[in-house]
Amino acid sequence: MYDFEFERPATVADAVAALRTEGAQVLAGGQTIIPTMKNRLAQPVKLVSVGGIADMSGVSVGDGCLTVGAATCHADVAAAAAGAYPALASLAANIGDPAVRNRGTIGGSIANDDPASCYPAAVLASGADIITDRRRLAADDFFLGMFETALEEGELILEVSFPIPDAASYQKFEQPASRFALVGAFVARSGGLVRVAITGASDSGVFRWREAEAALSDDFSRSSLNGLALSPEGMISDIHGTPEYRAHLAGVLTARAVEAA
Amino acid sequence: MPNVSMTVNGRNVSGEIEGRTLLSEFIRDTLQLTGTHVGCDTSQCGACVVHADGRAVKSCTMFAWEAEGADIVSIEGMANADGSLGVIQQAFQDNHGLQCGFCTPGMVMSAAALLQDNPDPSEAEIRDYLEGNICRCTGYHNIVKAIQAAAGSLRAAA
Ligand SMILES: Cc1cc2nc3c(=O)[nH]c(=O)nc-3n(C[C@H](O)[C@H](O)[C@H](O)COP(=O)(O)OP(=O)(O)OC[C@H]3O[C@@H](n4cnc5c(N)ncnc54)[C@H](O)[C@@H]3O)c2cc1C
Ligand code: FES
Ligand code: FES
Repeated sequence: MYDFEFERPATVADAVAALRTEGAQVLAGGQTIIPTMKNRLAQPVKLVSVGGIADMSGVSVGDGCLTVGAATCHADVAAAAAGAYPALASLAANIGDPAVRNRGTIGGSIANDDPASCYPAAVLASGADIITDRRRLAADDFFLGMFETALEEGELILEVSFPIPDAASYQKFEQPASRFALVGAFVARSGGLVRVAITGASDSGVFRWREAEAALSDDFSRSSLNGLALSPEGMISDIHGTPEYRAHLAGVLTARAVEAA
Repeated sequence: MPNVSMTVNGRNVSGEIEGRTLLSEFIRDTLQLTGTHVGCDTSQCGACVVHADGRAVKSCTMFAWEAEGADIVSIEGMANADGSLGVIQQAFQDNHGLQCGFCTPGMVMSAAALLQDNPDPSEAEIRDYLEGNICRCTGYHNIVKAIQAAAGSLRAAA
């Protein structure tokens, strides 16, 4: 790993100032960026840790929303969201392993936007807002593709605000070695409106399955998915699964999520 | 070079580091506490697990400077004050919970973190908690038995 400078600010203002340095990058839980730096696939000039910023950590509930500070680790979300938003808590409780959950954060997960990661599915299906140091972004405008988001240079995610749905479930088919999602489906129903987000499947990253949403908004039952299928076109192909397999799995997991919600 | 200070196994320590110095390197190379093992260095195997402020973390996936002011416990801190094996370590020995022993420091640290939160875990809960700890030797069976035995001893002592 190449060496770099580092800062550990205590406030958002100081972090934002430190991120103005050319080549500076945020360090959150480090569970993605440290392995990437070891491989020399990332070479930040400076790392700005958000681990010491109290304002960026924690979970709060109010006005029908659950708001998670960007630097809150997965284990803390699993514990603190269990009452208000159990589907989100259970998603967090099943990311990686306990040591990863004690460090990895929601901000790092969605900023990285790994096509096989779990949180993007929850953010997109819940219709959450991403609040940064400069704006408020709707989930629909945030995820642009594999490892690609709307974040600008030096932009810092401060928190993610989830409208709490009436019913929701996340079903993940684990890739057994990495424990990432081979495919994952997040289904959220709020009143008569249903949103379905699929992760792990597409070459363009997390996406909404609109046909399933329309069918489930008419009738929220497993049988409304009968006859619906995703096209394998544009699905990920690797040693773990073919595009056909992933498209099929997405349908199965969506049906399971409807049943569990 | 920058300096970092923290508590390791109850002792205040400090040393010079680079930005890129991993916590595992600081513990092993600077402090010469070589009980913490580095198996993969890619965040997969869990041999390097230590506790940071009471929580299990992979020390190969954390920079030493992130532990500034933290309370770190490594496998050396699991022994009793007189140097004899602590309860969890003894249970691993009694139940043949290791063969080559390479994964054992991480297994013991993960087990200790689990038992802190859940004093009476089921077999399924133990196996689930050890998801990030890989052992190439034992088949895990005796590791699970060791943790169940340790849980029993710790509950009896509480
Ligand atoms: C063994 C293992 C298993 C895993 N299993 C899963 C799994 O099952 N499902 C899953 O979803 N993930 C999994 N992960 C990934 C894990 O969830 C990571 O925590 C996550 O991808 C990155 O979060 P982090 O806080 O560690 O981010 P970092 O590694 O610190 O940062 C990642 C990227 O995000 C940027 N960033 C971080 N915070 C912010 C912010 N607030 N604003 C702007 N940019 C920011 C950084 O600059 C960097 O580019 C696994 C990781 C490991 C090592
Ligand atoms: S050495 Fe840290 S996880 Fe393998
Ligand atoms: S005892 Fe050999 S790796 Fe676990």
